[in-house]
Amino acid sequence: MTARMENIIGILLAVVITAATLAFGGKALLDVLMRLAIFGLLALSLNILVGYTGLVSFGHAMFFGLGSYTFGLLMQSGAVSIPVAALLTLVAALVWGGVVGMFCIRLDDIYFSFLTLAFQMLLYSIIVGFVSLTGGDQGLMGGIPRPPFLGIDLTDPKQLFVVTMAVFVTCVLVIRQIVQSPFGFALRMIRDNAERARFLGLPVQRYKLIAFVLSGLFGSISGILMSLYVSGAYPNFAFWSTSGDVIFMIILGGITVFLGPLVGAAVFLLLNDNITRMTEHHGIVMGVVLLAVVLGLRKGFLDLLDDWWRARAGAVR
Amino acid sequence: MNAEALLGCFAAPACIVTQVSAGMIIGMLIFLVASGVTLIFGVLKVVNFAHGSFYMLGAYLALTVYGASGSYTLAVLAAVVGVGLFGTIFERFFMSRVYNADVLMQLLVCYAFILILDDVVKIVWGGDFLKMGMPREFALPPIKVWDGYVPPFYAFLTVFAVAIAVLVGALLRFTQFGKIVRAAAVNRQMVSVLGINTSLVYALIFGLGSMLAGLAGALAAPVRAAVPGMGFEILIECFIVTIIGGMGSMAGAFIAAIGIGLIRSFGSIGFPLASEGVMFAIMAIMLLVRPAGLFGRKAS
Repeated sequence: MTARMENIIGILLAVVITAATLAFGGKALLDVLMRLAIFGLLALSLNILVGYTGLVSFGHAMFFGLGSYTFGLLMQSGAVSIPVAALLTLVAALVWGGVVGMFCIRLDDIYFSFLTLAFQMLLYSIIVGFVSLTGGDQGLMGGIPRPPFLGIDLTDPKQLFVVTMAVFVTCVLVIRQIVQSPFGFALRMIRDNAERARFLGLPVQRYKLIAFVLSGLFGSISGILMSLYVSGAYPNFAFWSTSGDVIFMIILGGITVFLGPLVGAAVFLLLNDNITRMTEHHGIVMGVVLLAVVLGLRKGFLDLLDDWWRARAGAVR
Repeated sequence: MNAEALLGCFAAPACIVTQVSAGMIIGMLIFLVASGVTLIFGVLKVVNFAHGSFYMLGAYLALTVYGASGSYTLAVLAAVVGVGLFGTIFERFFMSRVYNADVLMQLLVCYAFILILDDVVKIVWGGDFLKMGMPREFALPPIKVWDGYVPPFYAFLTVFAVAIAVLVGALLRFTQFGKIVRAAAVNRQMVSVLGINTSLVYALIFGLGSMLAGLAGALAAPVRAAVPGMGFEILIECFIVTIIGGMGSMAGAFIAAIGIGLIRSFGSIGFPLASEGVMFAIMAIMLLVRPAGLFGRKAS
């Protein structure tokens, strides 16, 4: 199956799901799918770094927080329309990602994780500390105004749902295009053997930085969608536990298959919602599940499926 | 920014003494945790992301034992031994399984434990701030230094932390065990071929590193309130310290920790909102000028 065929099937599937949900689904299903789209995009954007470039960022939530706060503040200022605010938010994410990325990519392995985590906590402390602007612990209160643009009214949940799905699908396709491009394969090479890539004349540091910024841009789009969805922004969007959750999603679904993080996000949300309903000690349960996946399976669900598929194909041949 | 208050403080010896002593204990606590991380990393080449949680565990253990026995000595001992044991078990049953896996797996095992330990602490001790108060052994009049006064516990904490650091350093430098550890850090396989049980060495080092975290927790209990999540806060500072000081360098961690402690304490007067920012700025400058840190060897 060619890449174009896969893309078309993906788009059709998304359109069918969206249409079916609008036609038959209730508000509950709408909510589930929107959250899945938001966190799925966040997980997929992180996987550009983790899965394809081999850089384990433990601070990805900074882009989620940055996106939701920048967008929310811009909308609350009342000066700009939604598309303009979204565009400005992307510029902010670009600048932040570029500056932070320049520092982070200087370090490898675990120190890269340290540093991303540290910068994320810097953003978090700015959000919590700058009370007059961000509302501190309380988050952005008073809701985010959503004036209509181009005939689209995002105060209507159904229209918001369609727009969220459309943005999600577009981003997924673009990310897929990126990781399947020569640039994407260069990233894989850096992941597998950075030294060899350097010997071959690849500007490794620049590629890492571009990957970092791209991953941040899509992360901030997910943040924008989140702030539209909850009509607000909260400090825990930029907290380390959110970064941890996203990594958790990636590892649940698998990092070697493109859609692994999306599946992981679905499994994670399912788990999280049910555990939260059953017990208040959801940290223990999630921790144990995480240990079981990491030490027991050692791979994500789609990784396992992929292995099984390949093994079967091998046996037939 | 309140430059006037800061200058005013620098003009008054009493204020300087107070702030320096406060900065020293913040620095020493960070140093003890960071030295545990550094020790484990230096030998095992893994980073224990859950080290902050071990520190938290130490604080809570000390709190309970002090409450039950009324003896701070016993409380410190309990925290050190308890967290040391916990760390050893953690290494044997969990961490050792992912030594050869990539960083992501190690990170996730630690993350799982951060989640679990935070919740366990909430169940056992509750989610509110808990205070130990000054131990009875240290209910003494403050020591007069220059024009200011230093609480005896502050002096004790600083001296004790330095002594422990020297002791650990001597253990690694001058004993047979230390030689084995240093050899294992360079080439584990060769050491194990020579008939030495390197799994045991690894477990002991992990235990020793954990003991340092437990000790830091116990020493923090009288001066800081214990709360779930306190582990993560110190973990971030500890990372900043390792980056500024140079990865794997104890001396670097020591100096950087004191620096961070002083910035924190003087910053609370002069630039309360920006003290965190200053820490990050120093780290950023260090990364630009000397990516390997103050005492780090050039990253290979």
